[in-house]
Amino acid sequence: MSHDHDHDHDHDPSSPALRAEALEALLVEKGLLTPEEVDAVLTQYGERVGPLNGARVVARAWVDEAYRARLLEEGTAAAAELGIKGGPGGQMERLVVVENSPSVHNVVVCTLCSCYPWALLGLPPRWYKDPAYRSRIVREPRAVLREFGLEVSKEKAVRVWDSSAEVRYLVLPERPEGTEGFDEDALAALVAREAMIGVALVSGPAVTP
Amino acid sequence: MTGTGDALLALGAGDGPAPPSLNGELVFEAPWEARVFGMAHRLCDAGLFTWDEFRQALIAEIGRWEQAHPRGAPYAYFERFQAALEALLTTRGLMANAELWGRAKALAARPHGHDHG
Repeated sequence: MSHDHDHDHDHDPSSPALRAEALEALLVEKGLLTPEEVDAVLTQYGERVGPLNGARVVARAWVDEAYRARLLEEGTAAAAELGIKGGPGGQMERLVVVENSPSVHNVVVCTLCSCYPWALLGLPPRWYKDPAYRSRIVREPRAVLREFGLEVSKEKAVRVWDSSAEVRYLVLPERPEGTEGFDEDALAALVAREAMIGVALVSGPAVTP
Repeated sequence: MTGTGDALLALGAGDGPAPPSLNGELVFEAPWEARVFGMAHRLCDAGLFTWDEFRQALIAEIGRWEQAHPRGAPYAYFERFQAALEALLTTRGLMANAELWGRAKALAARPHGHDHG
């Protein structure tokens, strides 16, 4: 006989899982969507959209000065040059790229909800959506960055960009030392999502054999 | 480390704020979270609402929750996301709350060992 402890929540109609199942069933009945269409969205965000898109943009900006200028001038158009487009819900209508430098470190938040340039970075990490990050990064950015393992020197300004208008931000990190001979693909492989949100730097290559 | 700092670190513990290379992280903690995410995007793609309209519903829902709960209370982002989607569909007249509740109750009453498909 089956022992059903794991499924106890299935018998509480107010459980989120059951409400989600009920909602999908209702919307399917009403002809507003099909389960396959929902699957397709998830496939798109999980596989075809992801932080690699953002990393490609960063790497191109590092190797191509003219592209870097266009990216800082008009982010949405520059991303589209690499075939990266938002579409509805992709949150790419107005992409603003902010550049780290020896004197400025940038970090991105959405204080009101969780706006995020999904087409470039995929799905937001959990901490990005959390009330603690959303409120504290504005009040005490250096302390929060320290908790991420990033100590920003006092000489460097920290700028916090709040995505709560129609604007989505992407941080253009500084190119690490030791990457002079790297091509775009090798550079892109160094760029993690966290660096493009601004809670980390891009590290140079590990010691080469 | 003070209270809020601990809270941030604790919330990061599952997916770890450091080291920075977390690109392979699982962002949905349960299958239903993925379904509501997928439904919201699909309905937006289909033109039932704009993403900004959904965003406004989400901001309102998160704001309500944060007003009603003390700082540091356990937060479930996708429950707010789900509530925002339900509220938007209801205000648009695309669904009634009673319908949703009735369907959830019917699903809850399924016998043990039902087929999840």
